[in-house]
Amino acid sequence: MIISLSKDVVAITKEQDVILFRNRVKEFAQKIKMGLVNQTKLITAASELVRNMLRYADGGQITIEVVSKGRENGIRLVFKDSGPGISDIQLAMKDGFSIGKSLGLGLPGAKRLVNDFSIASEAGKGTVVTIIKWVNG
Amino acid sequence: MDKIPILRMGAFLLVTIQVDLYDRLALNLESDLVQMVSKTDAKGVLIDISAVSIVDSFMGRIIGNIANMSRILDAETVVVGMQPAVAITLVELGLPLKGVHTALDVEKGMNLLRSKMQVLEEEEEDLNDEDDNIPV
Ligand SMILES: Nc1ncnc2c1ncn2[C@@H]1O[C@H](COP(=O)(O)OP(=O)(O)O)[C@@H](O)[C@H]1O
Ligand SMILES: [Mg+2]
Repeated sequence: MIISLSKDVVAITKEQDVILFRNRVKEFAQKIKMGLVNQTKLITAASELVRNMLRYADGGQITIEVVSKGRENGIRLVFKDSGPGISDIQLAMKDGFSIGKSLGLGLPGAKRLVNDFSIASEAGKGTVVTIIKWVNG
Repeated sequence: MDKIPILRMGAFLLVTIQVDLYDRLALNLESDLVQMVSKTDAKGVLIDISAVSIVDSFMGRIIGNIANMSRILDAETVVVGMQPAVAITLVELGLPLKGVHTALDVEKGMNLLRSKMQVLEEEEEDLNDEDDNIPV
C-alpha cells in the first residue's frame, strides 16, 4: 500500500511557473534524501510533463507528494489538466510521435525515467498523468 | 527581458548558461547565436552547461538546432561541462545529441575545436596539392 505523507499543490498557468515547480520538486526530493541522479531523472520527467500540460492544455494543476511503501520513500507527482485530452494514448506514448514539430520524447522518455507511470485521458475532458520515483528506484 | 550573453573568443563563440532556461529565453538564445555565427564568421560554438541541472527534450532540441544551423554556416558546436547526472538522464530520456561534440571543460572544448579546424585546413591543403599534380 502506498501512503501519502505530505503534500503540496502547484498551479501552472505560464512558462515561468515551470522553474518554480521544478524547484519545489527538488525541495521535496531532497527532503527524503533522494540521490542526485534519481532527482535529475525525476525533475527531467516532471519537466517534460509540465511542458506538455502548458503546451497542449494551457496549463493545469500538479500535486507533489512524499509517499511511502513499506520501507521505501518516494515522490509522487500528479499532473492534471482540462485540455483536449489524448485520443490515442498508445500512439502518443511512441518514441518520436508528436503533433507539433518537437521530438515526441516527452511521454515515453518520462516513463523510462521514473518507476511508475500511468496516464488517463478522455477526449474533450483532459488528461491525468501520475508518476512515482522511489528514493532507491 | 534577460538575455544570455554571447562572448567572442577569437574564432569561437562562448555561451555560458547560468540559469535554468525558460522557453522564451532558450529560443532567443538559439536565434541570437545563429545570427552571431553568421555575422562574425565564427568557426566554433562552445555552450557551457556546467551550471545547468536539467536538460529536457526541449533544451536538447535547442542545442541540436544550434549545432545544425551552425554546421550549415561552417561552425562546429561543443557542449561543455555536462553534469554526469544530466548525461545519464539524457540517455534514458532517449535523446541523442546528434552532431554535438562534448568536452569536460571550456579549455578542452577549445582544444577540440582547434584540432577540428586544423584537420579541415590540412584537408584543404591536400586538395590543393592534388590540383597541382593534375597533368597538363
Ligand atoms: N496534456 C496533454 N494534453 C493533450 N495532449 C497531450 C498532452 N500531453 C501530450 N499530448 C499529446 O501527446 C503527444 C506526444 O507528447 P510528447 O511525447 O511529450 O511529445 P511532444 O511534446 O514532443 O509532441 C503530443 O504531441 C500531444 O499530441
Ligand atoms: Mg512533450
